[in-house]
Amino acid sequence: MSEVRTLVIDGKDVAASSDQTVLSAAKESGIHIPTLCHLDGLSDVGSCRLCMVEVEGSPKLFPACATKVEEGMKVTTNSDRLVAYRRNVIELFFLERNHVCAVCVANNSCELQAQAKALSLTHFELPALHPELAVDATHERFVLDQNRCILCTRCVRVCDEIEGAHTWDISGRGVAARLVSDLGIPWGSSMTCTSCGKCVQVCPTGALFEKGRSVAEPKARRPYVPYLVEAQRRLS
Amino acid sequence: MSDGPHNKPRLATIWLDGCSGCHMSFLDIDERLLELTARADLVYGCLVDAKEFPEGVDITLVEGAVGTAEDLHKLLIVRERTRVLVAMGDCAITTNVPGMRNPFGPRAVLERAYLENATINKQIPVVGLPPLLPESLPVHACVPVDVFVTGCPPSADRLFEVISGLLDGQLDDAAQVSKFG
Repeated sequence: MSEVRTLVIDGKDVAASSDQTVLSAAKESGIHIPTLCHLDGLSDVGSCRLCMVEVEGSPKLFPACATKVEEGMKVTTNSDRLVAYRRNVIELFFLERNHVCAVCVANNSCELQAQAKALSLTHFELPALHPELAVDATHERFVLDQNRCILCTRCVRVCDEIEGAHTWDISGRGVAARLVSDLGIPWGSSMTCTSCGKCVQVCPTGALFEKGRSVAEPKARRPYVPYLVEAQRRLS
Repeated sequence: MSDGPHNKPRLATIWLDGCSGCHMSFLDIDERLLELTARADLVYGCLVDAKEFPEGVDITLVEGAVGTAEDLHKLLIVRERTRVLVAMGDCAITTNVPGMRNPFGPRAVLERAYLENATINKQIPVVGLPPLLPESLPVHACVPVDVFVTGCPPSADRLFEVISGLLDGQLDDAAQVSKFG
């Protein structure tokens, strides 16, 4: 059973339920914490590290999306140190793969591009890796472009948790990690994919997109996952 | 700024490995170009006829990535003779489209373009052309850059704002806007 917890976020007294995350408590109190891998309606994995916050009494940083509220917690969501880390995180995402905004289907509707803007990132200090990566266009309706994937796993989670197909998963570790369909077969040969397109809808970048979508073509971003969760709850 | 013949700041532009879109955007400043030319002399670039990059330039806008040995050679001279170097547009800052060859290397790209996909005269052109560097590089990987103006291309308004800001001596405000793509 959940109980009430009181904590302080950015100097503001906040009451939350014990099963809530710091991110959700902050959001309810109108405090903005930047996120990338989090999506309302899906489980949280804390993979992107953008929502890191400081908690008084600990030298460590905590991912707000994967940290439960505690009684008496004192949280700081914005500081020079956090901004510096968030800028590093976004820079590393850009440099690890080939993000060419100008010719990307997601140009102007990309969450990675938007985060760079929000953090006033005008250039990158480290050299880009420029890896040679595959584009999987074997599916009848959709394309997976590994060049743009940031491994947020929103697609993996929506496919597993909402659609119930679990077509997507991550293979490999670290810089060699790749999004794979089924056990690493071309998406078009997947026997589990239902072609529902949820993964395409939730992708924050241009890694998953509908065939025929052109550069910078706007994509409707409806926060529909929470409705699907609610619909599932009522049906079960 | 500088003590040129007319006591006006000296402005230059240079076009490296880019599509000229940033220069087009610069031209799109339209009638405000008159305002800029009243405040600064355009002493070098593809819009004026000077053959040699002059000494004592106050502001140089660099379009394009550094793709060839010649680009690098030019850039080193530009940096040496420029007070405030502006990386203009995504190619200069991230290598953008010219950098899309980087995963494959120059040889593979040249072969694809001039041998595999050519229907007549299959040959890789070399006469009078500078060799491609092994990787297309951002400007700041080669020389220090003072101001980064993102965008593909940066809008005319943005370029006007940055150049005016630099002429006013307000470097900090000009450096803070990010909009890749």
